[in-house]
Amino acid sequence: MQLSTRHLLGIKNLNKEDISLILSTAEQFKEVLQRPVKKVPSLRDVTIVNLFYENSTRTRFSFELAEKRLSADTINFAASSSSAAKGETLLDTVNNILSMKVDMVVMRHSASGAPHFLAQHIPAAIINAGDGINEHPTQALLDAFSIKEKTGGLEKRKVAIIGDIMHSRVAQSNIYLLKKMGAEVTVCGPPTLIPKYISEALGVNVSYNLKETLEWCDVANVLRIQLERQNQVLFSSLREYSLAFGINRKLLDSLNKEIVIMHPGPINRGVELDSDVADSKQSIILQQVENGVAVRMAVLYLLSPQTP
Amino acid sequence: MQVLLSTHQLTETVIALAAQLAKKYPELKDVIFVGIQQGGAIIGNDIVAEIVKLLPGKNIHYGQLDITFYRDDIRKEILAPDKMNLPFAIENKRIILIDDVLFTGRTIKAALDALLDYGRPAKVELCVLVDRKEHRQFPIQPDYVGISVETTKSDKVKLVNKEVVVLASE
Repeated sequence: MQLSTRHLLGIKNLNKEDISLILSTAEQFKEVLQRPVKKVPSLRDVTIVNLFYENSTRTRFSFELAEKRLSADTINFAASSSSAAKGETLLDTVNNILSMKVDMVVMRHSASGAPHFLAQHIPAAIINAGDGINEHPTQALLDAFSIKEKTGGLEKRKVAIIGDIMHSRVAQSNIYLLKKMGAEVTVCGPPTLIPKYISEALGVNVSYNLKETLEWCDVANVLRIQLERQNQVLFSSLREYSLAFGINRKLLDSLNKEIVIMHPGPINRGVELDSDVADSKQSIILQQVENGVAVRMAVLYLLSPQTP
Repeated sequence: MQVLLSTHQLTETVIALAAQLAKKYPELKDVIFVGIQQGGAIIGNDIVAEIVKLLPGKNIHYGQLDITFYRDDIRKEILAPDKMNLPFAIENKRIILIDDVLFTGRTIKAALDALLDYGRPAKVELCVLVDRKEHRQFPIQPDYVGISVETTKSDKVKLVNKEVVVLASE
């Protein structure tokens, strides 16, 4: 069984079988990460470049660790310290790197569609590590893996995605994935941060009421307010946002059930999540990070080059 | 399709192998049986079930090993992995690797690589149902053999529905 695609550009391009294959392969890589030697030789003849045109801590470390655990050779590129700062185009940069016999490209870029553009012009396999406000497919896959691990499956699970839906590639990738796998999704946030036709376009429920949303869901995936992507005033202050959409202990205790709390990081403590929620046993935020390495190993392994 | 071991003969062969192992390790002390996915794990289940009958009351350790991530032909085809299940410390233990068909020896080489990532066993032995010994490509020999057969290199010897058969060569 193989993936239907050569690249991982977005969840939009995957089918249900692809997603299941990545998640089941990731389970085996999670087992690898529990061993005394947390490493397999699968990609020892593969070289991977991590091209990060936008800042990242978790995703970059997670990819780099996944690559090393697969025995791949890796090189790292950060736009701020590279020739991109001297005016080199994306395609020139990548072609120069590929001429040094690099097999796979992991890329984060602030422009939506940058990895799709690259995929049309270069022969190497491309993995999207987040493009603008479009998609962040490996985050959605690790979120799905974590939900499945915690609740036993994805089908019919009620997942709420709360916060800045408008500017979030994590939200978009999560919605695509959860809908394909048969979960129910509600997005919740202030009206200014939820795209107007999202319900019709993506088949999700929309709610502007946090308490009602939390009463409904099994899992709450809480997002950060992406101030760096907002070029207009969409709510009056972080304090006001937090009063209406921040999750605190009192609110969780008032629910009639115990829900699972997730967050893709970085957390703005006291804004979308209070510390006593983020650090509670209901939260699986650190398990998400742990699972991220296994899921990225699965993606890299399944997309690694074949020379029949 | 030629049948090398009928269902009945396969059962007899498994019982004989189990008897050899039970005789050699009557206390099962520090012994771990490991079936290689997928055929070796199927035969492993059968052998271990027979050993349990022969040595009632003795504690037996049995796991399954998947070699997908260790194959030396991984660039030819990316395969989905099978389940790895070795929930014991193998340090200083005696490992009995079990496989259905020993052919080139490459699977066993990969299995040894995988096994050593779990620790340093005192000893590793190899138990196979069928040995196609004239086709070895690595210096690997079994310690316990069900049957030894002569085949041509292009033959495909497989465990299918509780029989060992030679599928028509390609």
